[in-house]
Amino acid sequence: MITLQHYLILGAILFCLGLTGFTINRKNLINLLMCIELLLLGVNFNLIAFSAFLNNIHGQIFVFFILTVAAAEAAIGLSILMVFFRNRHTVVVAELNELKG
Amino acid sequence: MLIESFIFYVFAAGLILSATGVIFLKNPVHGALSLVLAFVASSCLWLMLEAEFLALILILVYVGAVMTLFLFVVMTIDLDRDAHQPTFVRYFPFAVILMAVFAGILIFIFSSHLFENHFVKHPEDFSNIQSLGEILYTQYAYPFELAAVLLLIAIVAAISLNPRTLKSKAHKTQIIENQIDIHRKDRIRLVKMSSEKKP
Repeated sequence: MITLQHYLILGAILFCLGLTGFTINRKNLINLLMCIELLLLGVNFNLIAFSAFLNNIHGQIFVFFILTVAAAEAAIGLSILMVFFRNRHTVVVAELNELKG
Repeated sequence: MLIESFIFYVFAAGLILSATGVIFLKNPVHGALSLVLAFVASSCLWLMLEAEFLALILILVYVGAVMTLFLFVVMTIDLDRDAHQPTFVRYFPFAVILMAVFAGILIFIFSSHLFENHFVKHPEDFSNIQSLGEILYTQYAYPFELAAVLLLIAIVAAISLNPRTLKSKAHKTQIIENQIDIHRKDRIRLVKMSSEKKP
């Protein structure tokens, strides 16, 4: 029998996988953007699970807005990536050190 | 009930496998396709929770638009020259162990008896889209419009970041040297004039 626990644990695992990918990756920036999408998917899982199991539609409204913001973020992130690639001819994370941060 | 558990576990396993693939696959094209698989699997799981509208939106917007954009960018830029770079950071094992501990804590918390709710199915004539729309266009009308403005801003930003727009004459940029290299006498002219009498 599937309970709320199963969905919450699945969302937590997804979030941790996204966070792991975000921290350990140093190869390219596109993978980082994809890991952000994974993180958002994990959060959306929690919201939808609570919304469905507690019979409260407001959680799904939040997922709707998160999807909107994530789509905008992906579009802007990728266009920044393209401009960066034009200037530096690389998208390696380890070489993004112009700001010396 | 058994068949529902079976479907849940199949799609959950597919979701976790493809999410792992996003992280560990070396080729970014394979990573993007693996992310597509993750989105499809999670959309099926959302369908099981009777969130039909969001499940379909996830397929249409994410798989149809965002991931296409990702694949387009991956195939546009040249990734071969970076092949010699190390894929993962030096502290890779520690990061994985730390994240495993974090996941363990989260799983421990979510295993508590507080979250043992059972799913109550809606009646057959219940419409997810209708209930979502009723609340979205009344109670959440203002955030909805803000989301529309946000998408407009994203369009403007994506177009203005286009390298061709950046180069063209239509694009207005600051010329820092000219801004620094001005003098007071170029901008301000003090005129001495006698005061006039009030009528």
